[in-house]
Amino acid sequence: MQFFIEVLLGGLLSGVMYSFVALGFVLIYKASGVFNFAQGAMVFAAALTFVGFQEMGLPFPAALLAAFAVMVVLGIVTERVVLRPLVNQPPITLFMATIGLTYVIEGLAQGVWGANVRGLELGIEDVPVQWLMDSTGIGVSTFDLFGAGVAALLVTLLALFFQYTRIGRALRAVADDHQAALSIGIPLQTIWRIVWAVAGFVALVAGLIWGARNGVSFSLTFTALKALPVLILGGFTSIPGAIVGGLIIGSTEKLAEVYLGEYVGGGIDSWFPYVMALAFLLVRPEGLFGEKHIDRV
Amino acid sequence: MSGRKIGDVILDLQNISLRFGGVKALTDISFNVREHEVRAIIGPNGAGKSSMLNVINGVYHPQEGRIVFHGEERRKMEPHKAAKQGIARTFQNIALFKGMSVLDNIMTGRITKMHASFLEQAIHFGRARREELEHRHKVEEVIDFLEIQHIRKTPVGRLPYGLQKRVELARALAAEPTMLLLDEPMAGMNVEEKQDMCRFILDVNDQFGTTIVLIEHDMGVVMDISDRVVVLDYGKKIGDGTPDEVRNNPEVISAYLGVAH
Amino acid sequence: MLYREAGQFKTSYAADQQIFPIRQDRIGILIILAIAFFAVPMLFSEYWLKAILIPFLIFSLAALGLNILTGYAGQLSLGSAAFMAVGAFASYNFMLRVDGMPILLAFIGGGLAAAAVGIAFGLPSLRIKGFYLAVATLAAQFFIVWLLTKVGWFSNYSSSGVITAQDMEILGYRFVTPEAKYLLVLAIVVVLALLAKNMVRSSVGRAWMAVRDMDVAAEVIGIRIMHTKLLAFAVSSFYCGVAGALYAFAYIGTVEPEGFSLDLSFKILFMIIIGGVGSISGAFLGAAFIVLLPIALDVIVQQWLAGVLPPSVSSNLQLIVFGGLIIFFLIVEPHGLARLWQIGKEKLRLWPFPH
Ligand SMILES: Nc1ncnc2c1ncn2[C@@H]1O[C@H](COP(=O)(O)OP(=O)(O)OP(=O)(O)O)[C@@H](O)[C@H]1O
Ligand SMILES: [Mg+2]
Repeated sequence: MQFFIEVLLGGLLSGVMYSFVALGFVLIYKASGVFNFAQGAMVFAAALTFVGFQEMGLPFPAALLAAFAVMVVLGIVTERVVLRPLVNQPPITLFMATIGLTYVIEGLAQGVWGANVRGLELGIEDVPVQWLMDSTGIGVSTFDLFGAGVAALLVTLLALFFQYTRIGRALRAVADDHQAALSIGIPLQTIWRIVWAVAGFVALVAGLIWGARNGVSFSLTFTALKALPVLILGGFTSIPGAIVGGLIIGSTEKLAEVYLGEYVGGGIDSWFPYVMALAFLLVRPEGLFGEKHIDRV
Repeated sequence: MSGRKIGDVILDLQNISLRFGGVKALTDISFNVREHEVRAIIGPNGAGKSSMLNVINGVYHPQEGRIVFHGEERRKMEPHKAAKQGIARTFQNIALFKGMSVLDNIMTGRITKMHASFLEQAIHFGRARREELEHRHKVEEVIDFLEIQHIRKTPVGRLPYGLQKRVELARALAAEPTMLLLDEPMAGMNVEEKQDMCRFILDVNDQFGTTIVLIEHDMGVVMDISDRVVVLDYGKKIGDGTPDEVRNNPEVISAYLGVAH
Repeated sequence: MLYREAGQFKTSYAADQQIFPIRQDRIGILIILAIAFFAVPMLFSEYWLKAILIPFLIFSLAALGLNILTGYAGQLSLGSAAFMAVGAFASYNFMLRVDGMPILLAFIGGGLAAAAVGIAFGLPSLRIKGFYLAVATLAAQFFIVWLLTKVGWFSNYSSSGVITAQDMEILGYRFVTPEAKYLLVLAIVVVLALLAKNMVRSSVGRAWMAVRDMDVAAEVIGIRIMHTKLLAFAVSSFYCGVAGALYAFAYIGTVEPEGFSLDLSFKILFMIIIGGVGSISGAFLGAAFIVLLPIALDVIVQQWLAGVLPPSVSSNLQLIVFGGLIIFFLIVEPHGLARLWQIGKEKLRLWPFPH
């Protein structure tokens, strides 16, 4: 039982990581209707850029700021070069464009910073929390708890941003109705740039935590892809959905690997989230939080 | 009207209710359609007219009610079965296949009548080849009937609105339907195009005996071409009868003048 | 004046419904086929046949398969490579386990196995569309590769699932030289391409496009959506499966499941985006482009940028150029090279009198 709880908690905490990436997807999808396949590549690029700046001798806060600046520039350039010319194209075209963007970002990031695997040090140790270990005998990593804390903080910040700033409110309006948003007086393009910058920030935070956990390498992009099944569970437009979906995927994936994996040869976490999302889709195509929708004709 | 004889009831809708979440699109609606007649559905915006057509050929499934078509009673229709049983339609917002030519769009209308398997089609031999030719002939008849020979090979996306509407009608007619559902076939057309469209609809009804159910906002047109009219308002039926009866129905008048809601 | 339709009046619908209605196109295709079958094997070096032309043909076939599903039937798939893997491993097992199995039959068997798997993973398309479906096809991609790696039976219990394709032999003739392999692949690809062309210009093709363009209207016309979509998945996967079998038997020889990665799936997707979504010739143009591009890039980097750029840049340059081109084509010419080719032909039709 203790072991079960440990696995479950570990899964939940790694699920938080998926939620991070899914969050970036949701932000962009809500504001621009673009399904941004490149979000995973952005996580990788952000982490690599941060490490790269640190290697150049920048102290932590400066490297963080510089990496953030790079992500903002990336967002602005993407809006100008990719999104604006494709406005009003079918969503699937935009989706394919973001697959192209994925390649560009990965190529650029590796071209500039090199392709070798790096470590990323945040100064938090990956050891079990002592008092929890002592009192219950359950091992939970300090680092994972820290990651969950950061996630909670980030979601709170985003919620405040959406609730209390003019731009945040405009973003929410855009999600509901593009025309209405225009009447607020903020150009759609500005909104898109901001939302890509915010998504870039989320990617940076995700990249830092993930990079510190598993190292910064190309495989990060595959892990980040698991945000896709998370989105299927949680729906493309729901922030709580992204969080809950991430937790579900993270925990079931770990439980499945531990309890089923040994019977089938292991490594099932490469596909388990996808198959689970698929099974889920068949039962509830509208997602956990989505509403049933009938095409109007 | 012309000399065609209106027959028995072939479609009977009984106590149809349809909801979308909290929105009641249709509430307890009953009416029938007779063979060979032109039946109009009218009503203000959002009255539920399109929803009604969608119920008839199974695009929407009502929560309550029954549909009797050719004596067969059922809870709901299914679109492709409705097509097989001779119901064809056009849509309020043109629903052509944008990536295909006019000819290919109309050819799709005959799909229920083509039987060659995909393997036969892949080798394009025997039955598949014969069918393509036979049905091309049929389609060319429809093209002649609607006078759209000159745009045969044009991608539909490049056509002006009025012609697109006509191609959509052609696609429906290619199926040789016994019942044709038309959702605002003349919306957005100029007077001349409307006259053409009216003529086509009446010709279809006259020459092929096709039963027609149509939604139209232009009262002049409705009164001119229909045999009977159903009036919907806020998802409820408020009138049913000949154009004259409906025109003099006080409830209908008030709905149209926007009084007393 | 070289390329003119004028004067070629169709006197019957049969003439208008030929596979290539314009005479110059018919002649053009025959010339291309003659060159491909007779001139190419004589003129090109072994390296070109082995490293460029054979993979070009195989990828064209895979792209053709994906184009049937995505370009014609409108169902985006990110799992083409997995269906190729099924084809490769199934053909291998047919050869391995059935005594005296003819190789062509093994390829067909590989295609059919892929088709069956394609139908299974196409089932979700009945309830979901667009991105949701794209993500669902990722399930196929990861699951199939994992399964082929983990279940030893598929690779006859070799380590990490590597298989070595058997020799190809037809009526006692063994296809070992690059010329022979090239001709075999060419023949298969030409036949399958013609079948595909016939399908897309018949009622199945129209049903696929109808479902792609507007599924509600398609259903109202009497098209059975489920049947149509699953058929697209089956036919598409069959093509990918045969391509995968050829990839193993005529190109690489020794393959592992990991070789059919997500990256390969994306490459095939890129081929149809660049070549032309919803076009048979587009599959060939796109495959040629994607096969030749890295080679061209390598040449450029080595010839002109050798001193300037560090060696690691070359592969990343490839990523950037690939991605950039995808975005470029989607923006500038969403119908790809095939459309450019068509526009070129139309210009030629008017030439030398532009009006
Ligand atoms: N697919 C759907 N999902 C949700 N609500 C719908 C759907 N289709 C119709 N409705 C709602 O049902 C009601 C009736 O709509 P319907 O389109 O049938 O009206 P209508 O009489 O055709 O109007 P119009 O003259 O504007 O075409 C409206 O309130 C509409 O918003
Ligand atoms: Mg309507």
